[in-house]
This record gives sequence, structure tokens and C-alpha cells, in this order.
Amino acid sequence: MYQFNFTPVFHNLPKLFTGALLTLAISSLAILLGFAVGVVCALLRTNGPKPLRALVSIYVEAVRNTPFLVQLFIVYFALPTVGIRLTAVEAGIVAMVANLGAYAAEIVRAGIDAVHRLQIEAGAALGMSRLQILRHVVLPPAIEAVYPSLTSQFILMMLASSLLSAISVGELTGVAQLLDSLTFRSFEIYFVVGVLYVLITLVMKAAFQAIGFASFKRWRRLGGANLVFAPLQRFRRLLTNGRSA
Amino acid sequence: MFGQFGWHALTLLLIAARWTVLLSALAFALGGLAGFAVALLRTAPSPVSRTLTAAYIEIVQGTPVLILLFVAYFGVALIGIDVPPLLAASIALTIFSSAYLGEIWRGAIDSIAQSQWEASESLGMTRWQQLRHIILPQAFRISLPPTVGFLVQLIKNTSVTSLISLVELTREGQLIANATFRPLPAFVAVALIYFVLCFPLSRFSQSLESRLHVGRQS
Repeated sequence: MYQFNFTPVFHNLPKLFTGALLTLAISSLAILLGFAVGVVCALLRTNGPKPLRALVSIYVEAVRNTPFLVQLFIVYFALPTVGIRLTAVEAGIVAMVANLGAYAAEIVRAGIDAVHRLQIEAGAALGMSRLQILRHVVLPPAIEAVYPSLTSQFILMMLASSLLSAISVGELTGVAQLLDSLTFRSFEIYFVVGVLYVLITLVMKAAFQAIGFASFKRWRRLGGANLVFAPLQRFRRLLTNGRSA
Repeated sequence: MFGQFGWHALTLLLIAARWTVLLSALAFALGGLAGFAVALLRTAPSPVSRTLTAAYIEIVQGTPVLILLFVAYFGVALIGIDVPPLLAASIALTIFSSAYLGEIWRGAIDSIAQSQWEASESLGMTRWQQLRHIILPQAFRISLPPTVGFLVQLIKNTSVTSLISLVELTREGQLIANATFRPLPAFVAVALIYFVLCFPLSRFSQSLESRLHVGRQS
């Protein structure tokens, strides 16, 4: 019978925390940059010149229909053969930004498409320039509308950062693999690392909720109720089979 | 294939792509069955089953596929058998897709108007009859576009199994890249094959979605 032994894992918890910090740092950077790339691409795809629109479409479809792991390998192993040399961490971040940028572009574009034409015309009637309209009339409601899909994509990206271990980045999964080869307590290590990822996911969800609360007036106007009571209500609905409408 | 990336390498990639397809199909079928159970339990009257399945979905969706894969790989090994990578990969991807499909289908079931439940209940239908004749047929239509969309995610995520040395498309690409010292054509070819598999499905999912919206507006 197999004897579970978590002591080697707990002895190495500080190392795992360092890895988790790197996961958080890399993911945060990739999310910030990827979001920026996504917004620019979404704007280009909806308002840019025709050839650029086509180019952005090709980029978005190419990324969305190939695995992140293969994109990572192309950046890390294949780009050096054409003279672009990146360290593992740099390559990882570049691949993550390229990947997230395409998904974010598609999501933000859906939000832009949902903004009513009359809003844009009203902006034009007030004498706003095209850029002002995009900045002040189109983007804020567009991003607010797709904020939930956007943040779940961010979290998927953080989870996908575990693949950076395949190109020897020492983030959480990379540290886990190292500890695995040192202690041979494979199951225990990956089990604990799985728990850590779930914790990171929960923390990020809460953080995005707080950021949304700080950024969107409408959320604030609905009051703290949205932040505190919505989960409570969801829980009550869970208990009452969703029938307490 | 020595030093050259040519037809031979491409043939090897296509042969390896069969494993990608097989693994996707297997995980989709098994994960679909399990996901259906998850969706039903997640919308069941019992608060216990609702809470447990909610927790299951939260945990699986909060863990990277790679970690699921490692846990399955080393977890099955605890029983003391030598784990073939294909078995570990199937288990991990089945768990992965059961949670995502369960959540997609849960959303579809929840999106059916409450009045449909009440109307069918007033006709004296049992809960199973309600599901079978009223709720699920409508939910099926709604869930179709995201389900096909998830299939694309699943195909892409099978690439992760290359990290436990299952020789599917991505792994074969790595092997060829190493053997030919030409990673660029190897990985681009791999990416192209994935694209050929996924792009039609993505398009299909989009067209299903737009058709669904047309149906709603009329």
C-alpha cells in the first residue's frame, strides 16, 4: 500500500511560494500587455483601414486555432533560427501576450459591436473627434459589457502559464517539476500545487471583482450590495433550487 | 528526415495527428457523459449535489490542465500499475472536459425560462419528464455553439499531453524539430495541422451562434 508523505512538500513550501509569485508576476505582466494588444486590435478590426482589418483577423484566427504550447515552442525554439533570441521568461511572456492579445481582441470586439450606433452618432453630434468617440463613448461601455468574459480569459491565461515550465521557466509548475525530481513525491507535490493554483484563481477572481468595482460607476451605484450580497444571493439560490426569483 | 524537413516529416506529423484526433474524441465522449451528469447534478433540487458539483467545477476550472495531467499520471501510478501515458491523458482530459461541458450545459439549462418548469410541472410531469421533454431539448439548442467551441479548446489542450511523452502531434513536432535541427518548419507545420482541425469547427460554432440569434429575433 502506498504511504502518502507530504513532509517533503511542506519543507519546500517556500520554494513553491517563490514559484507562485513568479507565476503571478508573469501572468500580471502578460495580462496588462495582452489586454492592451487586445484593445488596439479590436479597435483596428472595427475602425481601422481595410488591409489592417484583414491582417488583424488573420492574427486572431491563427492564434485562436492553434495550441498555446505550440505558439510557445515557435517563440522559444523556432524564432532563434531567424535571429530572434529570447530568454525563456521573455519568450514565455511574448507568447502569452500574443495569445491573450488575440482572445482579448475578439472579446473586446464583441463589446464594441454591442455599443449602439446612436451613441456614436450622438458623440459625433457633440463635435467629438473619431478618437474621442472611441475613447469616451465606445470603449468604456464595451469593456464594461465584456468584463466578465475578459477576466475569465485572464484567469485561463494564468493557468496556461503553467506550460512555461516546458521551456524551463521556474514558475509554480517548473518549481514543482524540480521538487519532483529531487524528492520523488510526485503525487503529493502536484496535488499541493493544484491546490495552490485553485487558491491563485480565487484570489485573482476577487481582485478582478474589486477592480471592476473600482472602475465601473454602474457597479458602484448598485452599491456594495453587488460585491457582498451577490455571492450570498447566489448561494441562497443554490439552496433553493434557483426558484426564489 | 535526417537534416531535412520534407514530405517524410509531414507524413509522420499526419500519422501523429491521428492520436490528437483520437484523444480529443475520447475525451469529448467520456467528458461529455460525465459533464452531462455534472450539469444535471448542478441543477438538481438537492442543495448537497448543487454545492458539491459547484465545488468540483470550481476546482477543475481553477487548475491547469498540465497539473490535472500530472495528478492523473502519478495518481494512477499509486495503485502500483505502470501507467500508459494514453490512459493518464484520457483521464485528465475527461475530468477537464467534464467540468467545462458541465458548466456550459448548466448555463444552458438555467437559461430556460422558469415558466417552462412551472408549466410542465402543472401538467403533472415528473422531474425527469420535464427534463426529457421540455427543458433539455431547448437547452440543447442553446448549448450547441459553446459546446462546439469547447471542442476546439479540447483539441488544442491535447497538445499538453506531449509533456508526458505521449507521441501526438505536438510531441512528434518536437521530435522532428530535434532530428532535423529545423524547429521553424516543424512547429509551423504542427500549427498548420492544428489550424486545419480547429478552424472549421470554430467557423461552425460561429455560424451556429448566428443562426441561433436569428431564430430568437423572429
